[in-house]
Amino acid sequence: MESFQTMVAPLIPDETLHRVRDVLRDVLDDDVLEVSPQTVASDVDGWDSLNHVRIMISIEKAFGIRFSAAESKKLANVGELVKLIDTKKNGTSS
Amino acid sequence: MDDLYENLSWLPAAPQDFSERCRRLDNLDAAHLGEEIRQLASYSLTEGQLGRLSKRIDVAIDAGRNLSPLSSFKLGVISNSNIDLVKPLLIASAARHRVALTCVSSDYGQVMQSALDPGSAINKAHCDAVLVCLDYRGLPIRELPGDLAAAEACLARSMEDVVRISKGLRSNGKTICIFQTVARPPELLFGSLDLQTVGTMRWLVDHVNRKLAEHAVSSGDLLLDTAALAETVGLGRWHNPTQWNVAKIPFDARFGPLYADHVGRLVGAVRGKSKRALVLDLDNTLWGGVIGDDGLDGILLGQGDATGEAHLDVQSAALSLKSRGVVLAVSSKNDEDVARKAFTDHSEMLLREKDIAIFQANWSDKATNIKAIADEMALGLESFAFLDDNSFERTLVRSRLPDVAIPELPTDPAYFARTLFAAGYFEAIAFSDDDRKRADFYRDNAIRAALKVNASDITGYLLSLRMTADFRPFDRQGLSRIAQLINKSNQFNLTTRRYTEPEVEALIDDRKAFTLQVRLTDDLGDNGMISVIICRQQGNRWLIDTWLMSCRVLGRRVEEAVLNEIAHHARELGITEIEGAYVPTSRNQMVAEHYSKLGFKHIETDANGTTRWLIDIADALRSDLPMAIKRSGFHELASEPQA
Repeated sequence: MESFQTMVAPLIPDETLHRVRDVLRDVLDDDVLEVSPQTVASDVDGWDSLNHVRIMISIEKAFGIRFSAAESKKLANVGELVKLIDTKKNGTSS
Repeated sequence: MDDLYENLSWLPAAPQDFSERCRRLDNLDAAHLGEEIRQLASYSLTEGQLGRLSKRIDVAIDAGRNLSPLSSFKLGVISNSNIDLVKPLLIASAARHRVALTCVSSDYGQVMQSALDPGSAINKAHCDAVLVCLDYRGLPIRELPGDLAAAEACLARSMEDVVRISKGLRSNGKTICIFQTVARPPELLFGSLDLQTVGTMRWLVDHVNRKLAEHAVSSGDLLLDTAALAETVGLGRWHNPTQWNVAKIPFDARFGPLYADHVGRLVGAVRGKSKRALVLDLDNTLWGGVIGDDGLDGILLGQGDATGEAHLDVQSAALSLKSRGVVLAVSSKNDEDVARKAFTDHSEMLLREKDIAIFQANWSDKATNIKAIADEMALGLESFAFLDDNSFERTLVRSRLPDVAIPELPTDPAYFARTLFAAGYFEAIAFSDDDRKRADFYRDNAIRAALKVNASDITGYLLSLRMTADFRPFDRQGLSRIAQLINKSNQFNLTTRRYTEPEVEALIDDRKAFTLQVRLTDDLGDNGMISVIICRQQGNRWLIDTWLMSCRVLGRRVEEAVLNEIAHHARELGITEIEGAYVPTSRNQMVAEHYSKLGFKHIETDANGTTRWLIDIADALRSDLPMAIKRSGFHELASEPQA
């Protein structure tokens, strides 16, 4: 007998990166901002500690997820943020 | 409806060109700048969009630009928490409430110092008011259950702080304070026992908020009821421990726009910008159904029917607003007698004619009617809110009367009343006997305001709709909709002839019949099929067997376009005259003069009251219609001479 499992469609990493980029553009008011997985906060104009808080909150809202304090602190670059988002979207944690 | 509050769902969606319009603000002239800012602020905006708009407002204020009709307001903000995320939202949100806000802040955590030091930035700025954002951590409340003396000492110390801050800011800063009520943390120490146990957080916050309210009443300081807001969205969602731990953010940042809107309302109320009147649509707003079609017995109102009960709630909401001085008016597309009958004869109505100051029920467009109501009451349009279930009507009135507040409504009428209150159009900072009596000021209850219709305005307006009328003969695609209209139209129906679907289908191939299905699109969308025509040939004359139209498109000269279309095809086939008949029923009074208005000549009235009318083709053609014409599917009808 087959068992049925609800599959959560995994987000394609590129799509997540694009959506993250869109959030960054909105929060930092920069319509032409480009980011890569290697981008770090110090690379980006205006990504200071206050805006980091705003960015993380906007990411939470855009993807319907929540980060713990520890999670948002230890992200080294945009690529790790994308990975963390994908883990949360594909797993059972919110 | 889950996110009514968080997303400010009563606000219309932001347009695609929002960013572009924001950028253009710097170059707008004084005549348009303030109003454009207000309009941009009136959409549902993301945190990023609010921030962007706030920056442009800052720039305009710094440059000393004239921002009329926005009134200026300098708001100081001090807090024990980090409100840097909220400050930019305050400026854009205030613009929504017609205020050009400047924000002055103190350093983080310097509440008492800012208030007591005459040289502080806040005091030197001489603000119009200072928002004191103290949350439960910013007041000396400590949970010590069961110890009455300690609890009362807590309350006393808290109120000492409040009074010290208030006096400090008033004397040093020449200003008044806006104190926040405290949103209690959701955690309960015992459970159900907390409320009745002295010294629990629940008990303490409850008492502090009561004392803050008393302070506001006696001191002239204002109150921002943050506790009520937090409870409305849910204390568990309001308080976000992660955000507090990471950055001392006092409440979940997703409620920033909502909080900012509430501050905007309060500041707007101080500047006298709150709405004073509510215009109500009738069909599907105050009752379920359309009274012209369903009759007095057919509308849904109360009586244990879920939809009927929902609409009763809307009436109840309107009545309660009236009891605090909001004036009520009605604007509805209906025969006036038919509409008033509900107010006089329906046993479930909560609203009666005496509750309505101005009663506009006619077939003119709602924007013209609301303008007439405003003129009659000698109130500016910016004093009005308008409640209408129909999104097309809302968009239309918004585009013509941008000063009127029109909440977006969900499809479920059970949430209409809630959405109206959520929008907070009627925020007040004081309430007097005069307010209570205001709604009865208009001695002649339910008076009718004269419509001042300017012909050139109407033409310009119709052209601006960019309408397209799409004409086709009956076909199988449109068959079921055509049959539906033929069998359900009662009001704009000249002869009320009913045909079964097979009979309608037979007309498709009937070479002696000329048929039309008419669709109308415009800038705001597709109105679908709105008119049906059946003509039968008799010699060199076409008799109009059926002419019906949706009342939704009255006043748009669609009738003329339809007549022109009939005449166009008639001429191609050598027809020289068109004859129409009006068969009176209890429901179609409104079209008694339809043919007369189109220029037909009356030829006879029979014993039943049926009137017959005649027009030459040349007189039926029109050259100045305010819409584009599309036609498809027509082929030559054989023109056979009648025996």
